[in-house]
Amino acid sequence: MPLLEVNNLEVCFGLRQGSVTALRDISFQLERGERLGIVGESGAGKSVLGFSIINLISRPGFINKGEVLFEGKNLAALKNKEMRTIRGNRIAMIFQDPMMTLNPVLTIGDQMVECLRAHRKISKQDARVISLQKLKQVYIPSPDTRLDQYPHELSGGMRQRIVIAIGLLLDPDLIIADEPTTALDVTIQAEIMELMVELCERNNVALILITHDLGVVSEVTQRTIVMYAGRVIEEGPTKEIINDAQHPYTQGLINALPQMALPGQRLNQIRGTMPGLNDLPSGCAFSPRCDYVLPACHEAIPALTKSGGCNVACHLVTEQNNLSEVNE
Amino acid sequence: MDALPQIKPSMMARFKDSHFWHSFKRDRVAQFCFGIFSLALLLAIFAPLIAPFDPYDSAQIDIMNSELPPSWEAEGDAQFWLGTDAQGRDLWSTILYGTRVSLTIGICAVMLQAFLGIIIGLAAGYIGGRVDSLLMRIADVQLSFSTMMVAIIVLAVFQAAFGTELYQQLAMVMLILVIGIAEWPQYARTIRASVLAEKEKEYVDAARVMGFGTARIMFRHILPNTLSPILVISTVQIANAIIAEASLSFLGLGMPVSQPSLGSLISSGFEYIFSGAWWITVIPGLVLVALVLVMNLLGDWLRDVLNPKLYKG
Amino acid sequence: MFAFLIRRLFQALVVMFVISIISFSIQDNLGDPLREMLGQSVSEEQRQAMRDEMGLNDPFLTQYGRFLGKAVQGDLGTSYFFKEPALDVILKKLPATLELVFGATLIIIVFSVPLGIYSAINPQSIFSKIIMGVSTIGISVPVFLTAIGLIYVFAIELGWMPAFGRGETFQITENLDTALLTADGLHHLILPSFTLASIMLPLFIRLIRSEMMEVLQSEYIKFAWAKGISPWRVYFLHAFKNTMLPVITVGGVQIGTMVAYTILTETVFQWPGMGFLFLEAVNRVDTPLIVAYLIVVGAIFVVTNTLVDLIYGFVNPTVKLTGK
Repeated sequence: MPLLEVNNLEVCFGLRQGSVTALRDISFQLERGERLGIVGESGAGKSVLGFSIINLISRPGFINKGEVLFEGKNLAALKNKEMRTIRGNRIAMIFQDPMMTLNPVLTIGDQMVECLRAHRKISKQDARVISLQKLKQVYIPSPDTRLDQYPHELSGGMRQRIVIAIGLLLDPDLIIADEPTTALDVTIQAEIMELMVELCERNNVALILITHDLGVVSEVTQRTIVMYAGRVIEEGPTKEIINDAQHPYTQGLINALPQMALPGQRLNQIRGTMPGLNDLPSGCAFSPRCDYVLPACHEAIPALTKSGGCNVACHLVTEQNNLSEVNE
Repeated sequence: MDALPQIKPSMMARFKDSHFWHSFKRDRVAQFCFGIFSLALLLAIFAPLIAPFDPYDSAQIDIMNSELPPSWEAEGDAQFWLGTDAQGRDLWSTILYGTRVSLTIGICAVMLQAFLGIIIGLAAGYIGGRVDSLLMRIADVQLSFSTMMVAIIVLAVFQAAFGTELYQQLAMVMLILVIGIAEWPQYARTIRASVLAEKEKEYVDAARVMGFGTARIMFRHILPNTLSPILVISTVQIANAIIAEASLSFLGLGMPVSQPSLGSLISSGFEYIFSGAWWITVIPGLVLVALVLVMNLLGDWLRDVLNPKLYKG
Repeated sequence: MFAFLIRRLFQALVVMFVISIISFSIQDNLGDPLREMLGQSVSEEQRQAMRDEMGLNDPFLTQYGRFLGKAVQGDLGTSYFFKEPALDVILKKLPATLELVFGATLIIIVFSVPLGIYSAINPQSIFSKIIMGVSTIGISVPVFLTAIGLIYVFAIELGWMPAFGRGETFQITENLDTALLTADGLHHLILPSFTLASIMLPLFIRLIRSEMMEVLQSEYIKFAWAKGISPWRVYFLHAFKNTMLPVITVGGVQIGTMVAYTILTETVFQWPGMGFLFLEAVNRVDTPLIVAYLIVVGAIFVVTNTLVDLIYGFVNPTVKLTGK
């Protein structure tokens, strides 16, 4: 049984003007200890996906359809009380901006101890000992003084280490990291990413890394999901996706990486912007920006179909595959 | 709210198509409040035409008629449908005139607040630097002394200095000045914040590049874009000013009984409430509360509709 | 801590300085002390001689210096009406006013915190809408009308509460008494306290609600949920502590308003406090008493603002009060 299995997940936001679908028909699986990247532009629904796994979408949002099976248990149908025993305990989450993630009026120690004591019946002293141990694991200098400090006394990189330490407190099976390094200095980004990989490997923790940066994904993850306008458009082993992307959007993303541009050349970019969720074009949502658009693209939404080692949702790819089958 | 003057002919059409108008059409409470407020405004403006008696004219007052209950009560007199007050004045007429006085003071005081606040706010936001921090520091200090406290002390001192008679003649002007001056920071702060936000936008740069002077940029380009916060504050401030005036009058520091506002009318009736003459206090009290309540509700509604912050969802 | 105290002390001095100038100008321009002391039957020459002798013809600054010197020693002149030192007269009335403020503050805290939090957590519930509706009405009713309404219903119609006065008091020392220690005094305190609270209560409910709603949207609250801790802890520790910061600041500003409204409340209920005394003094043009009131109120202002700052620093760790 896979650790996590998401089946046909659909998430909607109920707004005054009517409901908007933020995620459609999302399915994927994650094994124990596996590291999965979820890539896409902002607004593609990556973060919503992360939050809907732990059933924590903010107010007007709700899971409309589908299931999130964690060790076979459907989280989407769990009561809040049961869900609480999983959040922070079996599934931990790391947020984007460490400056905003920690409560400014509580000490680091308080924020760690309360998490431990919410899930385990232990004394404050014992909880402090474990917290100290985890702070050491994330290489925080002089950890015992940190416990009594407030977040504002620490740097951004340090705070993100603490957030990671809080994530590790209860030895979870899965960590969902939502853009964990975007808010940090470039020099610290690599350090934090390395630390996360090291800790995941050592403790056999699965990781879902949500990011817009294909570069990071290629270094950290084994498998990748590319999202566009609330749908999965390509999914497969990270190596194959980086080396042999099939969907024109993924190709565009890869070409836009700075390391793909030759010195002195302008960076490549995908023309246009992603459409808003309430005015999606008919057919493939990427069609208005696509250079290889076919008549079929405006008519039907392409289904995710197997192509090589990956699954791709693109009429062009399907057509090419059909052609090559016929030729054989 | 970018009101471009070029498309004036279609202003009405644009208004009818606006978010503002649409939500007004949908919101029953807002319509009701607007209706009540307009009614009060009309009654106040045309009070001399509507009122059956002139409460300022002592020739029309007969002390024998004092403390008559409203006409629907057993001892009521059909001539005075809301009864009479302790001096024998027709309560309905006195309330009409009182509403007129209260609204006049409220609106004039708020106009003064807005005038001072807008000038100071624009200056602080646009000039920035030392001027800005000085003006805002003054605003902080002014706000930390509560309006009521300042008003009570100032009016009390003036009353003691002028003597009661002279003071009563000047009461209306004094009330407008005191309430008007004490509350300018409310406007200044908001205007300043809007100016700081607008200043960054491209059209202001464009105006500057085209060589428009500072004053022109401020009044022609920035001010129209701060209209929605001004509208929201003004509604609530008029309500507050009316309450402040009523409270001061109740303390005997405001309008005299001979020329009563709603507040002084209530105050004059308070002594008689123990002897059973409830209407002198209760009826003007209800009018006052209704007036202030609809203004506050309109203010809340305007804030919901006009504040772009709430759009994020 | 030291720097904070110095800064506070400096601010206090500035405020008291401004108040003393205002007070002195009032004393200088209002009423003629000679007429109060000598009556009308004295000739103009004697009058001038007296003026010189008393220093009333000295330059403004000299007179102000003298006033300040006396004020520092606690001498704010003698009340024309009571023929007693003005400061003593005021201070005797201080406990009554403080009782009122205490009662009102208690009511405000007890009601505004739970109601504000509840309506922030459940903004869509019917009870929240009722809370918000009632608080809008509350804002729209002037305090003297609340007072009259309460008197009419609870004192006149139902007869449950006394309509005015402070009732029996408990004498602690000769000049210090309190209504808080007698049943009758507490009984008398109920209506005035609710009246005074009625102005601030809606404001605080709305403030706590809107601040709490904003805090609940923040990332650290989301993170707290993601840690799986109990809702109770998220709402009442994580969210509430952050909500309190702006509420304390606003609360500090509202103290001034509260003092002003004690004047109104005390007038309606004939509660024998400083505010009631002040209005009487105004009507009698009892200048020394007016001045003493201003100075005492100014001092209360400074003290409470300092307290509010201390509490704020205690709740908010980013403010450095205690230099480690």
